[in-house]
Amino acid sequence: MMLAADQGLADASNVLVYTAMAVYALAFLAYVAEWILGGRSRVARTLATLEAEARDEAAGSAAPAGPAVTVRGRNGTSVLERPKVVTRSANPGRADVPDGPGAAGGDERGDTYGRIAVSLTTLAFLLHLGGVVTRAVAVERGPWGNMYEFSTAFSMVVTGAFLTLLLLRRRMRWLGLIVAGTVLLDLGLATTVLYTETQQLVPALDSIWMWIHVPLAIFCGGLLYLGAISSVLFLFRDRYEAKLAVDAQIGTFSRSVLGRLPSSATLDRFAYRINAAVFPLWTFTIVAGAIWAEDAWGRYWDWDPKETWAFITWVAYACYLHARSTIGWKGRKAAYLAVAGFLCFLVNYYGVNIFFDSLHSYSGK
Amino acid sequence: MTHEDAPHAGVATDHGAGRAPENPEPGNPEVPEQRRDEESATAGLTTAPLDVDEGADGSGAGTPGGPERDGERARGAGSFGGTRAPGVGGALSWTARELVGWGRWFWRQLTSMRVALLLLLLLALASIPGSLIPQERSDVTVAADFRRRNPGLSEVYDRFQLFDVYSSIWFSAIYILLFVSLIGCILPRTWQFVGQLRARPPRAPRRLDRMPAYTTWRTATAPEEVLAAARRRLRKRGFRTDLADQPGREGQVAAEKGYLREAGNLLFHVALIVMLVAFAAGQLYHSEGGKLVVQGSGFTNALPQYDDFSSGRLYDVDDLERFGFTLDEFHYGYSRDSVDIGTPTEFRADVTYWTDDGTEKSDTIEVNEPLRVGDAKVRLLGHGYAPVVTVTDAEGNTAFSGPVPFLPQDSAFTSTGVIKVSDYVGPDGEHDQLGFQGFFNPTYNIDEVRGPHSTFPEPDYPVLTLNAFHGDLGISSGIPQNVYQLDTDDMEQLRDESGDLFRFDLLPGESIELPDGRGTLTFERFENWATFQITTREGNSWALTGAMAAILGLVGSLFLQRRRIWVRARTDADGMTVVEMASLGRTESAKIPEELADLAADLQPDAPMEREPEEREPEPEEPEPEDPEPEGPAADPDPDRDPDSATEDDAGTEPDADAERKPDSASSAEGARP
Ligand code: HEM
Repeated sequence: MMLAADQGLADASNVLVYTAMAVYALAFLAYVAEWILGGRSRVARTLATLEAEARDEAAGSAAPAGPAVTVRGRNGTSVLERPKVVTRSANPGRADVPDGPGAAGGDERGDTYGRIAVSLTTLAFLLHLGGVVTRAVAVERGPWGNMYEFSTAFSMVVTGAFLTLLLLRRRMRWLGLIVAGTVLLDLGLATTVLYTETQQLVPALDSIWMWIHVPLAIFCGGLLYLGAISSVLFLFRDRYEAKLAVDAQIGTFSRSVLGRLPSSATLDRFAYRINAAVFPLWTFTIVAGAIWAEDAWGRYWDWDPKETWAFITWVAYACYLHARSTIGWKGRKAAYLAVAGFLCFLVNYYGVNIFFDSLHSYSGK
Repeated sequence: MTHEDAPHAGVATDHGAGRAPENPEPGNPEVPEQRRDEESATAGLTTAPLDVDEGADGSGAGTPGGPERDGERARGAGSFGGTRAPGVGGALSWTARELVGWGRWFWRQLTSMRVALLLLLLLALASIPGSLIPQERSDVTVAADFRRRNPGLSEVYDRFQLFDVYSSIWFSAIYILLFVSLIGCILPRTWQFVGQLRARPPRAPRRLDRMPAYTTWRTATAPEEVLAAARRRLRKRGFRTDLADQPGREGQVAAEKGYLREAGNLLFHVALIVMLVAFAAGQLYHSEGGKLVVQGSGFTNALPQYDDFSSGRLYDVDDLERFGFTLDEFHYGYSRDSVDIGTPTEFRADVTYWTDDGTEKSDTIEVNEPLRVGDAKVRLLGHGYAPVVTVTDAEGNTAFSGPVPFLPQDSAFTSTGVIKVSDYVGPDGEHDQLGFQGFFNPTYNIDEVRGPHSTFPEPDYPVLTLNAFHGDLGISSGIPQNVYQLDTDDMEQLRDESGDLFRFDLLPGESIELPDGRGTLTFERFENWATFQITTREGNSWALTGAMAAILGLVGSLFLQRRRIWVRARTDADGMTVVEMASLGRTESAKIPEELADLAADLQPDAPMEREPEEREPEPEEPEPEDPEPEGPAADPDPDRDPDSATEDDAGTEPDADAERKPDSASSAEGARP
C-alpha cells in the first residue's frame, strides 16, 4: 500500500495550478472591464430614473399581459392554450425595486467582456480541476490532506459552484468579479504560504470518513462562501435601496455599482437558498466527523477546537435560519448572522489549523 | 427577505433601515374585513409560535409593562394582579394572580422565537472561550503549564470556570434554558400540528385574485363538474382537499399540501433533545482507561490493571466488560520517501482476546478500527520500544530481567526510560538498589547540541544509552512513584575507574560490567509495546439515531413547501362558469405559481377555456358575498395569530428554482393591488 508520491505528476499539478491562476487573473481583468464599461453605459448613468420607471412598470410589464404559460413537456417546449397565471409580489413597498441591469449595465462592449470573462473563468476552472485531479493521482489519495490541498480544492468548489449557477440561471454574473478575485487570492496564498510537498497521510487519516467528512466540509465551505458574498452585497444594496426610497443623496460610485446589482430581495433570497441548502449537509459533515472521532479517538465529541468551531459555525447558521423566522431579525440582522457564520467557518478552516492546539492539527501548515 | 413575507396585506416588515411599519397591526379594528379574511387563509400555514410581544419593528421587546394583546390585563397596567380586594384573602389572591401572571409571562418569553434565537446566539458565543483557553478535561498538561505561566490570570479564569467551560455553570445554564425553551416550544407546536392534521384546509378567501398566484378563465362546464374535476386533480397531486359543503364554503375546493414540512421541523427539534440526552448519558455513564502492553503480554479489563482510568459520575466500575487480550504482534512502518520521511504508514496490533464465556479469538486493531468486545471498544493509541534488560548483582544472581518500556519523546522515537532494580546485593554483600536512566534510540545518532538522539523511528541502529545510580530508589517511602522517572535524591551516580561519570552505550546482545564489581547489565533485545485505550460509553446509538433523524427532519423542513390551493367556480350572469384558482405558499417561490399553472392546464380537458370577445382583466371588483361567519373556526386553528410569524420564512427550495430564471412566472406583478 506504500507507494511513493509521484513527483512528476505533482509537478504537473503545480504547473496546472499556476496556469489556472494566470487565466483567473485574465478573467478578473475581463470582469473589471465589464464593470467599468457597464458603468459608462447610458443605462447605468440613468439608473436612478430607470429604477423609478421600472418600479411603475413592474406592475404592468411583469404581469404577463397575455402570453400563455409555456409548458415544458417531455418532448420539448410547447405553448399551451393555457390560462395565464397572475403572480403577485408578496410585499408592498421597497421589495418592488427591481434587479439591477447587471455588471455590464446594458453596455454591449461590457457584455462582451463579461462573456469573455466567463469563458476565461471556465477555462481556469478546467485547469484548476486538472491541477487538483493530478495532485490526487500523484499522492494516491483524496486531494485534501493538508492546507495547500484543502485551499486549492476549496476555491475549485467556489468556481465550480459559480459556473454551475451561471449555467442554471443566467443572471449570476454579478458574482464573477468577486469570485475570480478571491479565488486568485486563495490560490496565491495556497501556492506561497501554505504550499506543502506531496505527502503520505498518517494512518489516522486513512479512513473511509476521509472521503466523506473532508470533501463535504470543503464543498459546504465553497457554497457557504457564495452565500456570504451575497449577504454582504445584500447589506450594501439594502442600504442603497433604503436611500433610494427616501430620495437621499447617493454617491455616483455606489449608484453605479450597487445600482447594477440584483435587488436586495433577490440577493437575500439567493443567500438564504444557498445557506438553507447547505445547512443539512453541514450538519451531516459534523455528524460524519463525530462518527470518525468515535472510531479514531474513542469519543464522538470532546470539544476539541476544531469540533468546537464546527459547532459554533453550525449554531451561527441555525441562528441565521431562526432569525429569518423571527420578526425584527429578518433582513439586515439575519444577513449579519450569515456573514458571522461564514467567518466562523473560516476561523475553523484556517484559524484552528494555524493558531490552535488541536488534535486536528496534522493537516499541516 | 421581504419577498417571502406573508402575501396578504397586514404584514409589517422590517427593512432594517429603521423605517416605520407600513401597515396597521392585525387584529386592529381598522384592518379591513378583507384583510382578516386573508389572514385566516394564511393562518396555520406554519406552527411557528407567535411572538406576541414583538412589535413589527422588533422594538416592542415585551417588557412586563408593555402592551399585551391577550387581554389578560389592561394596556399599560403595571401588574398582572388587577384590583386587589381588601383583606388577607384579597391580598393572597392578588399575589397568586400576580405570580401566575408573571410565570406565564416568563414562560411565554422563554418559549418565544426571539428568546430561542438569543439563547442560540449565546450558546455560540459561550463556546468560544473553551477553544482559546486550554481545557483541563482535554489537555491537563497544557492547562497546568498555562497555570504555571499565568498564575494571576488563572485565578480569574478559575473563578469563571474557564478551564472547564463545557461543564461550567454558566455554559450549562445556557443550554439547559435553551432546551427548556425548546421543549416548551415543541409541545404546543406538536399539539397544534396534530390539530391541523385533523382540521380541513381553510376556506378560500373571498378575493382569490389577491393571493400570490391567481388564474381565472371562463368555461361552459357546470361549476359542480369543474370543482369535482379540480378536486380529483388535486388529490392526484397529493393535496388534502375539502369540497365545500357547508355555509360559506359553497362553490369552492380548498386544498393543502406539504404537511411534512412541519413534521420535519418538529422531528428536527425533537431529535436535538434526543441528542442532548444521549450526550448527557454518555458523560455520566462512561469509562475510559489507558494501558501500555508489551508485545507478548496481556491485559485484563479490571480497574487495577489500568495505567490510568477515569469514568463518568454514575458509572459503576463493576460494570466493566469482562474480557482480556494479549498483544501477539505489533506492526508498524514509516515512510523513507524523501518528502514524507518519518511519516507513519502503518500501525497494526494483532491481538488474541477472550471474553467472559471463555471464547478466544484473534483480531487486529488499527488506528481507525477499534476492537469491539461487548460494550467496550479497544483502540490503538501509540507505540514504542521496550528494551529487554537483565541485571546481575555482585554475587552473579539475576537481580532483574524483563522488558522496560521507554517513552518516545519525538517523532523519530528518541525514547527515554528508567530501569529500577530494587532487589540487589552490592559488592559488599549489603542490600542495595540500582537505578538506570537514559535513552533508547532506534536509529542512533549523537551530536553536540542534542546529545544522543534518534533520526528515524524504525530500529536501523538501535542503541541503549544509560547512566547508572545506586542508593535508595525511594520505592518504600509509600509515595506513589512514576515508573518512568528516577528519583535520584538519595542515590549516587556510579563512576568508572578514572572517576568519570559512568555512562555506556549498548547494542542488542551486548553486555557491560558495572564498575567496582557491581555486576553486569545485558541489553538482550528489544520488544515493541503499544498503548491501548479501552472505553465504554452509553447512548452512542441514541446519539447517532438522533443525529440522523435531525438531518432527515431538516431536509423535510428546509426543502418541502407547505402550500394551499383554492378553486372556485360560479355561474356568471351570462350562464358561463367562471373558474378562479389561487395558490398560497408559506413563502414565495416560483414553484408555487408553476404548480398552479400546471393544475390549470390539467383542468383544461374537463373545463375547456372559452375564448372571450375581448380579454378582460381578472375582475377584482366582484360584488362580495356576505360573510356568513366572522371566522372559519374549524379550518382556522388560530385566527388571531400574528400573520407575520406565520409566513415569514422562505421555503428553501433548491437554489436553482429561482424566480429570476424567467421573466414570466414569478416576481412582482402588481396588477391587483388596490
Ligand atoms: C437547540 C437549539 C435549536 C436549534 C439548533 C434550532 C435549529 C433550527 C433550525 C436549523 C431551523 C430551520 C429549519 C426551518 O427553517 O424550517 C429551525 C426552525 C425553527 N425553530 Fe429551531 N432550533 C433550536 C431551538 C428552538 C427553540 C427553543 C424554538 C422555540 C422557541 C425553536 C423554534 C423553531 C421554529 C418555530 C422553527 C420554524 C421556523 C419556521 O418554520 O419558519 N427552535 N430551528
